[in-house]
Amino acid sequence: MELLYVGLSALGAGLAVLGAGVGVGKIGGSAMDAIARQPEASGKIQTAMIIAAALVEGVALFGVVASLLGVLR
Amino acid sequence: MHGNFEHPFIKFIRTMIAQKSLKIIVIYALAFLPLLAFSQEEASVEEVAKEFNATDMIMHHIGDSHGWHFFGEGENSFTLPLPVILYTDNGLVTFMSSEFHHDTEGQNIVEKDGMRFVNYHEDIYQLETGAETVKFDEEKHPVNAITPWDFSITKNVAAMFLTVILMLIFFVSLANYHKKNTKAPSGFNNALEALILFVRDEIAIPQIGEKKYMKFMPYLLTIFFFIWITNLLGLLPGAANVTGNIAVTVSLGLFTLAIILINGNKAYWKHIFWMPGIPTWVKPILAIVEGAGVIIKPIALMIRLFANITAGHIIILSLIGLIFILENAGVAGISVPFALFITILELLVAFLQAFIFTILSALFIGMAVEEHEHH
Repeated sequence: MELLYVGLSALGAGLAVLGAGVGVGKIGGSAMDAIARQPEASGKIQTAMIIAAALVEGVALFGVVASLLGVLR
Repeated sequence: MHGNFEHPFIKFIRTMIAQKSLKIIVIYALAFLPLLAFSQEEASVEEVAKEFNATDMIMHHIGDSHGWHFFGEGENSFTLPLPVILYTDNGLVTFMSSEFHHDTEGQNIVEKDGMRFVNYHEDIYQLETGAETVKFDEEKHPVNAITPWDFSITKNVAAMFLTVILMLIFFVSLANYHKKNTKAPSGFNNALEALILFVRDEIAIPQIGEKKYMKFMPYLLTIFFFIWITNLLGLLPGAANVTGNIAVTVSLGLFTLAIILINGNKAYWKHIFWMPGIPTWVKPILAIVEGAGVIIKPIALMIRLFANITAGHIIILSLIGLIFILENAGVAGISVPFALFITILELLVAFLQAFIFTILSALFIGMAVEEHEHH
């Protein structure tokens, strides 16, 4: 039973990371595109990219913290 | 074979030798070879001594404690004693954490003013009369002890004081410089000024706006430097995990929430509870969602900082713990450089998290004070 909890928590953490990976990857890719198109706006694009990436990451970290609580119950 | 043909691999090796990097790799590998043989003999001795528990080790390192432990085990350890301040039913009780004699299993009883205290896993319990050790029921509530209010200067609080002292030294000297001089400062003060300008030009002005940013600069600068310096100090060996403590990040999040609630203008509240320009029946639904958003924003800030810093510490400790789990010193050859790499990455994360916390705080404050003239 204990092992099931730990396993499910680890799986949950993995899924959260998967989601964050896709999200941050898309944001980074789009930012690269945008910077390639308009190199002079790179500063503004970077700031917007970091904010968006932080928001995505925040959601993923909710998942990671939830699974950490599952492991350490 | 053709006369001048050189196999790509040979060419690669040649360039590597030219760059001396292969030499370094070989020397490095040889240096760890004796360790591989040596460690297997030691493993049997280790097993008898004590079984290594990685989870306990990691939790001990990222958690708060009543003494600042640097190195060593048990009675021989080098620990900075910190004051324990308890508010019990009979008033305030204070003593130094060294009176527990490094005991965290609730064995060593400290008697003060007729009350007896034990330290069980860094929680202090006041034992009832007749009780010798603290006992717990199935829901982990103590059955023969009560929990006093704990206002101790713990490791995290001491580390926070250290940051505060550092910040006072840095910024008071910078402020004093500008009282006396009108030209630009040199050296460290100049570097600090560049960072202050960074917070102003990259964070405050774009997010809050030219007109109103000045009012929020003290707060933004304080959280930016507080988070950054505590993050950096947290990376030092033996340091406390301050920003990876949920209580600290809750307080930081509450500061931002308080500033938003106090400074939020009429237009901001109208956009939350009675959004203009949408059908009336949608307005109550949106009010619930937006109302929840007010609370969720600081919660997200708090979780982000806490989880990022704690995750970084756990990764480094897990990599080091791998050596003891596998009971093989040769693993150090892989895990120590990797831990070093993560530590350097953490230097970046330390700055990035301070930046993100500040820029998102500024963004939320900017949303609260924004003027909606065209409505």
